[in-house]
Amino acid sequence: MKLMAEQQGDVLVISAMHDRIDAAGAIQFKDRMRELTQTMTPRVVLDMSRVNFLDSSGLGAVVASMKALGPDRKLELSGLTPTVQKVFRLTRMDSVFVIHANLSDGMRHAV
Amino acid sequence: MRFDAGTHPSSSVQSVTTRIIIPAKELAVRDGLSNLLERLPLKALSQDDRGTIEIVLAEALNNIVEHAYARFEGEIEISLSLAGHELKCLITDWGLPMPDQTVPAGELLPLGAFEDLPEGGFGWHLIRTLSKDLSYRRIGDQNLLSFKLDTKQSQH
Repeated sequence: MKLMAEQQGDVLVISAMHDRIDAAGAIQFKDRMRELTQTMTPRVVLDMSRVNFLDSSGLGAVVASMKALGPDRKLELSGLTPTVQKVFRLTRMDSVFVIHANLSDGMRHAV
Repeated sequence: MRFDAGTHPSSSVQSVTTRIIIPAKELAVRDGLSNLLERLPLKALSQDDRGTIEIVLAEALNNIVEHAYARFEGEIEISLSLAGHELKCLITDWGLPMPDQTVPAGELLPLGAFEDLPEGGFGWHLIRTLSKDLSYRRIGDQNLLSFKLDTKQSQH
C-alpha cells in the first residue's frame, strides 16, 4: 500500500498510489497512515483519485485513520471515483467525511 | 486458480457463464476478482455494473475468508451466469456454517459520536442493498450463497 505525503502550507496531502484499498491491504494502509500523520498539520487531505475500488475493510481502515487523528484534526477526502463514492454513500460515511471533488478543490477550501 | 467458461442456451435467453475456484485468502480474492472482471460475462458490462458486482462479490468472498475459513484453509468456488439483464451468482465454500445458518441482517450501526464511528459491519449491508434474492443454504459440508444483480447492459 503505497501512500505519498506532501506538506502544502497547513495541509498535509496524502496520495493513495494504489488502485484499491481492500481487505488484503487494509492493515498496511492504516499503519502507513498512522506513520505519515505524525506530522502535526491542522488539515489532512487524503487524495483517492487513483483508487478505483474500496471494500468494507478498506472503508473501515479510512474511518480508523480519521479517528486516529484525534478530535482536533479531521481527515478530508478528495477525488472519490464512482465505485468508491458508492461505498461511502451506501454506508452513509459520505456524511461523516468532508469530501472534495478533487485535490485542487480540497486545497482551496479550508474547512 | 481454476477456470471454466461457456455459453449455454437456456430457454429463450442465452446465458454466458464462468466459474472460478480460488484459495480462501485475501490476496487470492483480489486476484480472483480481477480475473473475473477481465472475463466474460463481466468484461462486457458497463463500468458502473462492474463496480457494483465487484463490491458485492468482494464482501461475500472476504466474509468467507474471514469467518467460514477462520480456523482452517480451503477453497471458494464462484459461478456467474448472465442472462439478459440478470447476473446470477453462486458462491460455494467448504468452511464453517454461518451462525444460526442464516445470512446476517446487515443493519448499519448508528454513526454516533466521532470516537464511536463504526469501522466495520458494512459488508452485509452492502450485499443486501446491491443484490436481490439473497439466499444461504448449508448442504452437507458446503455453504451455498446465491444472489442476483440487475445489470443495465446485457451481454449483447
